[in-house]
Amino acid sequence: MDTTPPDTTRPDTTRPLLTTDQMTSFVTRGFLRLDAVVPAEINAQAMDELPGLFRTWLDEFRGVTPGAAALTAVDDDEIPLPRSGTVLCDAYAHESAFGRMVRVPAIAGAIQSLVGADPVVDHHFVHIKTAGDLHAQGLHCDAIIDQGPAFDIQLFWFPHDVAPGEGGTRFVPGSHLRRVNMDDVSRYHHLSGEQYFSGEAGTVVIFHQGLWHAGAPNHGDHDRVMGKLRLNPTRPQVRLWDTSDLEPRNRADDHMFARMDPGMVAAELRRSELWYEPSVHRLETVQRARLWRYLTGDEAFDVDWYLTRTERRASLVQP
Amino acid sequence: MVWLASPSLDSRVLGWSFFDGTAGAGPQLDADPPYPTGVAALVDGWRLLQMSPLTPPAPGHERETSFLKHEFVFERTIDVG
Repeated sequence: MDTTPPDTTRPDTTRPLLTTDQMTSFVTRGFLRLDAVVPAEINAQAMDELPGLFRTWLDEFRGVTPGAAALTAVDDDEIPLPRSGTVLCDAYAHESAFGRMVRVPAIAGAIQSLVGADPVVDHHFVHIKTAGDLHAQGLHCDAIIDQGPAFDIQLFWFPHDVAPGEGGTRFVPGSHLRRVNMDDVSRYHHLSGEQYFSGEAGTVVIFHQGLWHAGAPNHGDHDRVMGKLRLNPTRPQVRLWDTSDLEPRNRADDHMFARMDPGMVAAELRRSELWYEPSVHRLETVQRARLWRYLTGDEAFDVDWYLTRTERRASLVQP
Repeated sequence: MVWLASPSLDSRVLGWSFFDGTAGAGPQLDADPPYPTGVAALVDGWRLLQMSPLTPPAPGHERETSFLKHEFVFERTIDVG
């Protein structure tokens, strides 16, 4: 097991970092798709390992077998499951499916860009939507109301092709910064612009901790398998991505006579979603600007001057 | 239930849910969304039962976002014989 602490003092060329465009998209929409990045061999291994993990848990849940059987490795070929708080680089055996997936360069680079090189495992699980299971899970976000701006990420790994309608996770772009608790949003059965995952084997979708999502009906003939991993950052998430193009694009004053300066990060951060109320869209840009301030360390950043004008006025008032 | 783009009943439908009290015996809604506006549902015979009140945000939380704001509940009764 690799116990060498990561060297974060120099660029790691083996881990391609996210671009500024990818980061602004993540901040704006709450997810990032990395299509078919996990090699077929690792996906095949996952299809061997992950259903067994799920069935072991299910048997314990139903009382078929004693609980906590998988917490410790009994046989040499069994893989102990990481406890919450385990540093990611120590959490999984290198040769395990999860261990190999998180070391795929594109995945490792995305993780490093979002939560640093040394995050810890919050939890992981395997979700299986069996063929013909037409239950639509209620829309929800995981955990509880998690206050920002620091955030966890959740990796949703689909190790096999998922066709439309075959159980790909439902999710709502741009929902991640709305302050709701768990399944208090389950009333929303249809929202304009929501998506149901479909894509090639080896696709990993990375969610912001707050993104609304739900298990979807599987009209297909094959079980849908998905490995999920939540990671907590252990360091400020400031400028961890490839920021080589950031400075000239990071302007708060890109708004000129009702025209926007193209190419600025604000151009993406002011994006709306089909399900947004126009009035709430403006408040969403404020939430995104605050998150971008945290990620860049630039407390003067703004989108459409909403924060700046109110902060300037507030500074004029004597306490 | 529909969620609209503004408090005005003639604004655009952003989201919708259908709770079927006939357990499938009555007519179903297939279009997505079933109506383009709240008024269009009225025109088709649905009765408006409830709408979200307009409430100011709690002090200190003026810029936070949460649930969809403009919720409208409609009902329609049918004879399933």
